[in-house]
Amino acid sequence: MTNTIRELDQRIRLAPSSTQAESTPLLDRAELARLGTRRVARLSHPGQWIAAALVLVLVLNFAQTLFTNPSWEWAKVPTWLFSPAILTGLQLTLLATAISAVVSFVGGIVVALARMSANPVLSTVSWFYVWVFRSLPLILVLLFLFNLGNLYPAIGIGIPFGPQLQVGTYTLLTPLALGVIGLSLSEIAYSSEVVRAGLLSVDQGQHEAAKALGIPRRRQFTRIVLPQALRSIVPSYVNQIVGLIKASSLLFYVSLLDLFGVAQNLGSTYPTDVIPLLVVATIWYLVLTSVISVIQFYIERFYARGVFRVLPLTPFQKVRRAIASAFTNDRSVA
Amino acid sequence: MSIAVQTRTAVEIHNAVKAYGDKPVLRGIDLEVAPGTVTVIIGPSGSGKSTLLRAINHLEKLDEGFVVVGGELIGVRAHRGRIRELKEKDILRQRSRIGFVFQNFNLFPHLTILENITEAPISLGTAPAAAKELARSLLASVGLDDKEHAYPRQLSGGQQQRVAIARALAFDPEVILFDEPTSALDPELVGEVLAVIRSLTGNGRTLIVVTHEIRFAREVGDHVIFIDDGVIVEQGTPDAVLDHPHHLRTQNFLSKVL
Repeated sequence: MTNTIRELDQRIRLAPSSTQAESTPLLDRAELARLGTRRVARLSHPGQWIAAALVLVLVLNFAQTLFTNPSWEWAKVPTWLFSPAILTGLQLTLLATAISAVVSFVGGIVVALARMSANPVLSTVSWFYVWVFRSLPLILVLLFLFNLGNLYPAIGIGIPFGPQLQVGTYTLLTPLALGVIGLSLSEIAYSSEVVRAGLLSVDQGQHEAAKALGIPRRRQFTRIVLPQALRSIVPSYVNQIVGLIKASSLLFYVSLLDLFGVAQNLGSTYPTDVIPLLVVATIWYLVLTSVISVIQFYIERFYARGVFRVLPLTPFQKVRRAIASAFTNDRSVA
Repeated sequence: MSIAVQTRTAVEIHNAVKAYGDKPVLRGIDLEVAPGTVTVIIGPSGSGKSTLLRAINHLEKLDEGFVVVGGELIGVRAHRGRIRELKEKDILRQRSRIGFVFQNFNLFPHLTILENITEAPISLGTAPAAAKELARSLLASVGLDDKEHAYPRQLSGGQQQRVAIARALAFDPEVILFDEPTSALDPELVGEVLAVIRSLTGNGRTLIVVTHEIRFAREVGDHVIFIDDGVIVEQGTPDAVLDHPHHLRTQNFLSKVL
C-alpha cells in the first residue's frame, strides 16, 4: 500500500503540467531516463511523400513518351545538332546576345547614374528613355529600326540648325548592327533599373566613409560603391541576359538568321524534320542558359567576398567533400 | 584655393546654423578647440551634436557660418563678399587630413582589413608598397596586426572600430572626429575601443568626441560641451560640467545618463 502511494507520488512529479498530465500517459523516471538516451524521433510528413509519388508518376509517364513516341525522331537530332546551318545560327545568337549584353550593361550604368543625378535634365531624359523602351514591345523597336532608312535616309550629327556630318543609313548600319542596337536599346532600359536598384542597396554609410577619407569621386564609385552594388546587380542582370538570349530570336522577324531563325527556316525546307529541329533549338538554348548559370555562380561567389564569414562551397568542392567523407566515413567533413 | 586664416586654435566653428527643411538643428554655435586637447560633446539625441561634428569635415553643409581647421576654411572660401562652396575635389583633399570615425564603423565590407586602410592613401597617390607598410604599422598600433587578410565581418564590433580608427589615422591627421564611437558596441567591447582612443591623446593630436560615455568624458576630456536643441548650453572642464553643472537642462540630462 505504501509502495503504490510512493510510486504515484513520483509519477505526479514527473508530469510537466496538470493539463498535459491528463492527455499524456505517465512514465516513471527510470523509463524516461532510458528513453532519453535514444535518438528523438522526428515528425513524419506523409502528405509530402504522397505528393512526391504523384509528381514522380507524372514525370515518368512523360519521360516514357520520349522513348515510345516515334514522332520525336531522336535519330535525326544528332545530325541537325551540329549541322553547319544550325551552328551559323547559334553563332549569330551568341554574337548578338554578347554584344547587346555588354552594351546594355555599360549603358545601364550610364542611364542609372543619369537617373540618380541631381541634374534635372539628365534625370528627366533618362526617366523618359526608360519609360519609352520599357513600354514598347521589342519586335516593334526592331521593325522601326529596320525601316529607319525610309524614315531617315541619311543620319548624322551636328550642331542643331548648324553644320551636320551625314552618312547614308544603310551604309553605316548593317542588319546585324541594327539588330544589336534594337536589342540593346530595350535591354538598357531594363538593366538601368537593375543597376539603379543595386546602387540604392549600398548603405549610405559607405558613401560617407569614402567621402570622409577623401577618396576621389570616380574611385568612390568604381572601388567602393559599384563592387558592393554588383552583389545584388549580378543575379538580376544574369536573369536579363537569359531573357536577352531568347529575345534575340525575334531577330528572325527582321530577316536575321539566328538559332531560332535557322531552325524555323530548315523546318519549312524539311517539313518532316520540324520536331527534331525544334528539339535541336531547345537543346542549344538549354546549353546556353546552363553555361551562363555556371558563370553566374562564380561571379556571385566573387562578389560575396566579405559578406559571409565563410564562402559557400562550389559544387565541385561539395562533390569532393562528399566523396572524401564517404571514404573516411567521417561525417564531420561533409 | 583655400584661404589661410590666422589662428592659434585647432578647430574653430563660427555661427554654425543648419536646418533640415523647417526644423532647425544648429542655431548659431560658436566653438574654439585648442590644439592637442580632447573635447567631448554630450547632449540628448536630436540635440545637433552629431550634425555639428559632421559639419567640421563638411559631411554636413552649414546654411550659415563656417569652420576653420588648422587655419584653413573647410569646404568653403570667402570670395566677393560671400562664403562660397569649394569644388568637390578640394573638399576631398581637405577631408583626407581630418580623421573621422563613425558610429557604425562603415568599413568597406568587400575589402580586406589591409585594403580598407590602404584604399584612401593609394587613391590619393601614395605608392602601394608604402601604403601597405603604413597600414601594417597602424594595424599594429591598434593591436590587430594579425588580421590584415580578414574581411570586416569576420571581426568583432570592437575590432572593426579599431580598424576604422587605424583607417582614420592613415594621413596622420592633426584633428580626429569621433561620432559616438562606442554606441554600436556590446558593453564588453567598449573598453578596448576607448583604450585605443585614449592612446591617441597627449601627442599633439586634437580629438573631438561625441559620446554618451560620461566616465570616459571625465577621464580623458579636457573640455566638455553640453549641447541641447542646437545651442551650447554649458561648457567647461569635466569637473565643472559633469560634476557641478549650472544649468537645469545639463543637470536633467546628466541625471538620466549617469
